[in-house]
Amino acid sequence: MKTLQHAWRFLWSRPLGAALNLLLLSLGLASITFLLLVSHQLNRAFDRDLAGIDVVVGAKGSPMQLILSGVLHIDVPPGNVPLSAVRELEKHPMVASVIPISLGDNYQAFRIVGTSQAYLAHYAASLSQGTTWTAPMQVVVGATVAKKLGLQLGQRFVGSHGLGAGGHSHGDFPYEVVGVLAPSGSVLDRLILTDTASVWKVHEEATALDADDLAVMAQEREITMALVQYTTPMAALSFPRFVNTTTEMQAAAPALEISRLLHMLGLGTDVLRAFAGVLLLTAGLSVFIALWSAVRERRADLALLRMLGASPGKVASLLLCEALWLACLATVLGLFLGQGFAAALGWYLQLDSSLLLGAMVWPQELMVVPVLAVTVALGAAALPALGAFRVNVLNLLQT
Amino acid sequence: MIQSQGLGYHYPGSATLHFADVEVAQGTVLLLSGPSGCGKSTWLALVAALMAPTVGSLVVAGESIGTLKHVAADAWRARTIGFLPQKLHLSAALTVQQNLALAQWASGVPEDPHRIAHALQALGVAELAQRLPSELSGGQAQRVALARAVLREPKVILADEPTASLDDDAAAQAITLLHVTAQRQGATLVIATHDARVARLIPADVDGKNGFQTMCLKRWSQHH
Repeated sequence: MKTLQHAWRFLWSRPLGAALNLLLLSLGLASITFLLLVSHQLNRAFDRDLAGIDVVVGAKGSPMQLILSGVLHIDVPPGNVPLSAVRELEKHPMVASVIPISLGDNYQAFRIVGTSQAYLAHYAASLSQGTTWTAPMQVVVGATVAKKLGLQLGQRFVGSHGLGAGGHSHGDFPYEVVGVLAPSGSVLDRLILTDTASVWKVHEEATALDADDLAVMAQEREITMALVQYTTPMAALSFPRFVNTTTEMQAAAPALEISRLLHMLGLGTDVLRAFAGVLLLTAGLSVFIALWSAVRERRADLALLRMLGASPGKVASLLLCEALWLACLATVLGLFLGQGFAAALGWYLQLDSSLLLGAMVWPQELMVVPVLAVTVALGAAALPALGAFRVNVLNLLQT
Repeated sequence: MIQSQGLGYHYPGSATLHFADVEVAQGTVLLLSGPSGCGKSTWLALVAALMAPTVGSLVVAGESIGTLKHVAADAWRARTIGFLPQKLHLSAALTVQQNLALAQWASGVPEDPHRIAHALQALGVAELAQRLPSELSGGQAQRVALARAVLREPKVILADEPTASLDDDAAAQAITLLHVTAQRQGATLVIATHDARVARLIPADVDGKNGFQTMCLKRWSQHH
């Protein structure tokens, strides 16, 4: 303990140098923390939200866009598909279940999703208040939505057109909150869920010219996409091809698209990782230079410690403990800075409310941060410590 | 307290450096004099068990130097030898109190604020405990360095050029302080110096004779 205390005093005897080294080391560790957090949270979100969805069927276009918009709700969908075509798919022997998803409106930037009760069941959602919808224009709101917008049971609101805030208001068709979901950590937390019929009602009745027009619209109803579960894993080989070649729709496999996405992200991550590595290396060099200079400056002081009875190992331990202090402080700073970067990115990309990216998440992977800090600091301190170990006491007597 | 016989040290690549035999009793003073390069530092290093004699025998405080190995030598030095270097080497970043605490850490004893206070008190610098070395005068700094040297009440105090670059008054004070401190602790005092004033400054003993013995070293070169 006393060694740590003396090392602390020696460390801060050069406050500017210590602070700069601390900053460099912290920035390197913050970058690593940030990468680990982003990677962990994205993987967790993908695992959580994609579980049990074998394929997504929607309008032709980018398959990744289909997955991002329909499952993770972070992109706009490529278009709509006829309800009748989806009904046909339900009859396919390889299809176990189909969950309809209808997008198009939002309430204060939170998406209003027309779907069926099966969607709630799929994510094993439970209600913290109220019940699920039993009629069109009733909604169940996710926990995050309820918290952020202060929505309560019985409260009525009108949606706006589009998936982001700012669209025109569907003023004549208010929704009523009948239930609030308990927090689940899934995509449901940030959605406003209603019966698919609500979406049709809002859009058909608002745009129909007369009763005949309304009847025609009812005949040609569409949904945005369908989340499909197979009866057998073998379906993965033939069902997407069947949809893509025989219908006007496309089938996108979430696992495939997300692995493609992660691969693309991986290129960026590699660059960031290399950058963090360079930062850490620079920090290591800087710590080395600082400690090396300290040994040179304090050679006589260290020799005096030897003269007073300190063993070479004890003298060297002072240097190592200085490095350890740097590692400890940089770990704490780096972890919190990294959390700050993740929070800032989540806020900037508006992914914080989507549970995709945020701060104050402490996955086990972060254990690598103190390990890296100690490795870099002790690695940098190794040679200076050796210099302290070998300090020549005779020089003290000859000056 | 210090006995040497046929003592010599061989630096690799050089001739062996031989020292005169000495026998210094406990509580007495030895003046180690001679010009620069005559081997004073080597002799001090041998007495402090920083290195082992190449030839001859050296016994300090009952311990045969040369038989002590690394860690044991460090521990022995910590409890037996007090050292006052020419340049005081008080750590600039630490207060007086912290400098002495560092010395206790170095010598392997638990930090003892009472002992530190006592050592500073004995040397008249107790009120300086919280000051930094840069805030001390030369005389105050030397007292603090001496307090550090005698913190563990060593049996032998080695003072290396304690009067270098001091004027006559300051030199007199420094030698008196060293002498009084060594006497108080019953320690053997070895003063390595080439300052002729030192011999005059050491008080005579009760019989009026020199209160010290001298070992005069001659310049040493590879030709010897």
